[in-house]
Amino acid sequence: MAQLPFIAAIDAGIHQEMRRDSSVLYFGQNLATTENHEFVAAYGHDRVRVTPISETAEIGIAIGAAMAGLRPVVELYMAEFLLVAMDQVVNEGPRFRYMSGGQVKVPLVLKAGFGFACGWAGQHTGSLTAMFMGVPGLKVVVPSTAADAKGLMATAIRDDNPVLYLHHYLLTLEPGEVPDGEHLVPFGKAAIRRSGGDLTIVATGWMVQRSLAAAKKLAEEGIQGEVIDPRTVAPLDLETILKSVAKTGRLLLVDQAPRHATVTGIIAGEVAEHGFSSLKAPIVQVTARDATVPYSQPLEAYVIPDEDRIVAAARKVLEWRR
Amino acid sequence: MSVQAPNAERQIWIYTQMLRIREFEERVKRTFTEHPGVIRGHTHLADGAEASIVGSLCHFRHGDAALATYRCHGYPLALGSDPKAMMAEIYGRADGLCKGLGGSMHLTDVKHGFLGTSGIVGAGIPHAAGAAWAAQIRKKSEVVFSFFGDGASKQGAFHETLNIASLWKLPVIFVMENNGYNVVTTSEQEDANAANGEPLAVKAKAYSMPGVTVDGTDPLAVYAAVGTAIERARAGAGPTLVESKVYRLSAHGNIIAPPGVPLHYPEHEAITVFGKREEYEAALRGDPVPRFRATLVKSGVVNASKADELGTQAAKEMEAAVAFALDSPFPKLESALDNIYA
Repeated sequence: MAQLPFIAAIDAGIHQEMRRDSSVLYFGQNLATTENHEFVAAYGHDRVRVTPISETAEIGIAIGAAMAGLRPVVELYMAEFLLVAMDQVVNEGPRFRYMSGGQVKVPLVLKAGFGFACGWAGQHTGSLTAMFMGVPGLKVVVPSTAADAKGLMATAIRDDNPVLYLHHYLLTLEPGEVPDGEHLVPFGKAAIRRSGGDLTIVATGWMVQRSLAAAKKLAEEGIQGEVIDPRTVAPLDLETILKSVAKTGRLLLVDQAPRHATVTGIIAGEVAEHGFSSLKAPIVQVTARDATVPYSQPLEAYVIPDEDRIVAAARKVLEWRR
Repeated sequence: MSVQAPNAERQIWIYTQMLRIREFEERVKRTFTEHPGVIRGHTHLADGAEASIVGSLCHFRHGDAALATYRCHGYPLALGSDPKAMMAEIYGRADGLCKGLGGSMHLTDVKHGFLGTSGIVGAGIPHAAGAAWAAQIRKKSEVVFSFFGDGASKQGAFHETLNIASLWKLPVIFVMENNGYNVVTTSEQEDANAANGEPLAVKAKAYSMPGVTVDGTDPLAVYAAVGTAIERARAGAGPTLVESKVYRLSAHGNIIAPPGVPLHYPEHEAITVFGKREEYEAALRGDPVPRFRATLVKSGVVNASKADELGTQAAKEMEAAVAFALDSPFPKLESALDNIYA
């Protein structure tokens, strides 16, 4: 085990796979511009390249290279840049295996940061995860710890499908224990970050941390929250969530996206349908307020869910009486 | 570099493939009247582009790849795909090339090097460049053919990809089949080069690669132009943009009608939208299939009876493809949930 910042753990995952498999490519903008860039030095220009600011071509080239037998990892930097190339992300890569009747595989990873709520204003701060989770053929990964950042990246590269790897920008320098050597984290297996019997809290990305902080505060009042981090939202581990709700009877969902653009809205629907008999209170969602993320610091903080809003919502769920 | 003309045997091969494509497309077209309801959605025919398709793919070698658009029936026929499986795909049947999951717009045959077809204009161009990157890494002088229309050259995907392909010297040949119309919009209405009387191939200049314009209704001219581009690509010198001027002899696609109304092919937009019947009839007079037949007969490569025989064979083959496809069952319902993930 080594203490690594989140960002270094992602790189460790890419290195792990590039070392073992010469078909893995890594490319993107402002990457590998000198010969001593660590990835160029290790794997050469055949496999590591800088691209112009051309997201459609970058992702499209990744799709073609994947269909031709390679495993590209595209560095997109920010999730918003995916929007420039939405056709390739949603309507090209994930469709080809299906439309070809299973003749081709499209193993690629699109790596993009999201949710950069620290003064980046309206166009670089979105939490766009839910926009991609309902695309058949596309997998969506949202690591929240350094260990998962490495392990989910490695699994994403080995996966034979297009995988969108969304890492939260505010976790970039967050340190964590990361297993040395080969480390893989399976898709579709949620992590229970904190156990508790009074209330289930589900969150992804940075909201996992805020939910854990809220759960700590609640514990001081004698309320034991169980915090679940799905880690991948496509596939989504509903089983772990339903099992927890069966135990607690109460579900609080936390998401950094605006209310009607959340992953948690999907989870709420599934639990309402499949876990209704366990519920002792209505499902409650804590989401961003329905606004573009504002620049000014107090306004930004007002829009994004924080510990206090999570704690207040938890009390509401617990105090609910028929 | 000058490309040697194909020998007599190859010329007969070219003519045979052109006939097969034409017969296949005629059968697709006739399905709308002879078997209404059997073809669903939108289909797009390659009639008029046969010389361009076959003249290009005559250079295809094992290990190369080709990618194209929703107007994709011609290429796999020239690459060796089974027309029975192709027709079954277009009819949505279990024996279809793609198990009935793709249909007319998404024919794919990896076994024969036909890697993928995107229904979104221009979107497949970067896919071809990606496959070319893979070829570049393999270092076996393999190349990738990227087929698209003139309309696609107004898409960002086209410009972004040509830039990168040239920058990285990718072994890809961009074959732009310029049929003069983006659906019902003429090139002069949407393309600054065309509006200013320049060929669309000048776009290559912006990306520092050769750009050539060729008569896409003459398979030998296409063979020469694409051949030069391929020699360059196989030598590691990078991509070429080949503007191949064709005229589609059918409308953009079949008319999409509400359920209950049989789908069919209307007349070409030159007539229905612009009232330019003479333009269309001139194109018909220049139909590449009979024209190449005349060339071959004149040069003595085939005699008239051999040419007739090739035509009869192609007609029979495609008739059998229709019969096979009509007989093929629909896929099992559960197969709709197969092949979503690898």
